[in-house]
Amino acid sequence: MKKRIVRLCIGAAVFAGAVVSAFLPLENAVLQWVRLVLFLAAYLIVGYKVIWKAVRNIAGGKVFDENFLMAVASIGAFFVGDYPEAVAVMLFYQVGELFEDYAVGRSRKNIADLMNIRPDSANLKVGDEIRQVDPAEVSVGDVILVRPGEKIPLDGRVLEGDSLVDTAALTGESVPREAGCGTEVLSGCINLSGVLTIEVSKPFGESTVSKILDLVENATMKKARTENFITRFAAVYTPVVVLAAVVLAVVPPLVIPGAVFSDWLYRALNFLVVSCPCALVISVPLSFFGGIGGASRAGVLVKGSNYLEAMASAQCVVMDKTGTLTRGVFEVERICPAEGFTKEQLLECAALAESYSSHPISASLKRAWEAAAEKVGRSGEIDSARVHDVEEISGHGVKAAVDLAGAGTGTGQEGSLEVAAGNDKLMKMMQLTPSADEIAGTAVHVAIGGRYAGYIIIADQLKEDAAEAVAALKKRRIRTVMLTGDSKAAGEAAASVLGIDQAYTELLPGDKVDKVEELLQELDAECADGAVNEADGAVNEADGAVNEADGSADGDGAKRKGKLVFVGDGINDAPVLARADVGIAMGGLGSDAAIEAADIVIMNDEPSKIALIMDISRRTMSIVRQNIVFALGIKALVLVLSAVGLANMWAAVFADVGVSMLAILNSFRAMQVKQK
Amino acid sequence: MKKTYILDGLCCAHCAAEIENNVKKMDGVDSAAVSFLTTKLVIETAEEPSEDMMKKLKKIVKKVDSDITVKEA
Repeated sequence: MKKRIVRLCIGAAVFAGAVVSAFLPLENAVLQWVRLVLFLAAYLIVGYKVIWKAVRNIAGGKVFDENFLMAVASIGAFFVGDYPEAVAVMLFYQVGELFEDYAVGRSRKNIADLMNIRPDSANLKVGDEIRQVDPAEVSVGDVILVRPGEKIPLDGRVLEGDSLVDTAALTGESVPREAGCGTEVLSGCINLSGVLTIEVSKPFGESTVSKILDLVENATMKKARTENFITRFAAVYTPVVVLAAVVLAVVPPLVIPGAVFSDWLYRALNFLVVSCPCALVISVPLSFFGGIGGASRAGVLVKGSNYLEAMASAQCVVMDKTGTLTRGVFEVERICPAEGFTKEQLLECAALAESYSSHPISASLKRAWEAAAEKVGRSGEIDSARVHDVEEISGHGVKAAVDLAGAGTGTGQEGSLEVAAGNDKLMKMMQLTPSADEIAGTAVHVAIGGRYAGYIIIADQLKEDAAEAVAALKKRRIRTVMLTGDSKAAGEAAASVLGIDQAYTELLPGDKVDKVEELLQELDAECADGAVNEADGAVNEADGAVNEADGSADGDGAKRKGKLVFVGDGINDAPVLARADVGIAMGGLGSDAAIEAADIVIMNDEPSKIALIMDISRRTMSIVRQNIVFALGIKALVLVLSAVGLANMWAAVFADVGVSMLAILNSFRAMQVKQK
Repeated sequence: MKKTYILDGLCCAHCAAEIENNVKKMDGVDSAAVSFLTTKLVIETAEEPSEDMMKKLKKIVKKVDSDITVKEA
């Protein structure tokens, strides 16, 4: 690259000398010859490589390449007598190329930076010895050592040591996670504080880091429609413009009386300069890559430019409830004691009675009691000696004799009391009337000593940013739909808290696919009604044309403008992820199924990333459109002006090189992601 | 099966597209994709690419731009 810069500088200096000599006051034949030699020298210094390559490519059977076009245009300019233009075309073309290479190099370096999570070596423990080996050589079950500051090379489980690990490279999350004995750790994270001894659980090729690298590297292989359109367009554009140039050079001098051939030749040469397709072709993939790169830095993996493109026209976001909007962990949400009982009593009794069960609900009761007991200064430890005669009544709940000494039940009795905890059927069986409140979530009713003591609501907790995520989507005028297998009451309650437009509850996994099918059909119908506004102007029309051309090849949903996005946790909704136009999986961290099935993977669990990725995709698309409109617009303008003789070769050089530089600079913007 | 090659010296986006299109049309190649940014060519073939195929592939690349060399990834 340095050599090229030096060569261009020398060429430019000679060129400048030649130009200056044109302004010298004295004029004679010798000076004219000197000047011509200077121009020729500058031309050859700058352009010999281009000409040589053009010759070689023609020998190889390829005619319309940009080297050839530039060579012909500049040599032509020489013959017409426009020496400065001839050199300028070559010089600026080369400067443009240099700049393009720099830009591409920078983008490639950005990829390399993303790839920087690849670990170079692993410290394999063999007996007492530590050996540094290639991560690919480590097998499952081997023990490796990771020192502070090192990358964890393979997925595994911590055997020894406590530390904080930085997952930012995978999730974009800046808060480090704790890792201790028994914690599963992922490759690609950086060990921050302590030495970790890890038992490897996956070979390198299947470790998280390899999967992510593979995914990011291949993302640019899946090309967006716009990208394919522009390459196809370029394949037609160049020959057409070249043909127009030939016509322009030959026909008018023959047809128009008094037309000068060299004049029209000059105009035709302008056409050749403008006909280079690269400016157009390069900025589009660069923009997409920028968008994908920016997204992955924010912890969102996009598996292809096509998905980024589709996200930009999302109209309906369908979300699974459990694991997507909620944490998928049951927690005690509310404790409603009946008159004469306190919250603590209710919780303690329920936790004790359920202490023998391993059901998630019992676990949540125990957790809640531990927390509550600590607050009132008691031990939250469940003493199993206090529970006797446990009787599980299938489909109803549990009855047990609980020693309530010290619990202060206020029933006036000490010693063992019968505690029943279960659903409303259990209460009715015991001739008690459970509270008739409208309950969203799972309620555990409790009876103590034969008296109804109230109920505890257990619910899956909404994620902290769930409401924000839905609000952000609504702000972007996206229709939100929630699907859940949960009960009607629980599902609808969650939907109304979050402000989701539509909720479908009590669905079996198979029903979810059907619902998505229905929604897809609805979207289709809406589009058929022309509900989608078509007012985006010229580019949309261009897009539309491509859509039609591509429709059959891409199958479902290719023609529809409003895209349906499904967001799930990737565990049991693989068919739905596949059916939707864009499938987004949550919490890809550690879940292979999610990475496999989805088109976009949100690495941490935040649903608010849905809106973020939508913003990134819209921004990327708008940059792509700007570039296309700008490049085509300027080129068309210069072509028209050249044809009527109003534009000189300088304008043509700008339309080629200048435009491509500006488009590349613009595409760099796609990389920047605003993080809120 | 999937095969990845590195197109060393690939420096024009237009060439990348041209290589992709021409390799796609090769006999025995089910799909082909060139990523300009990673300078990689990925082809999917039913069988292990024969030497004859490799020759053809290299010829296609040379024809588009003589400065590019095909390397096994």
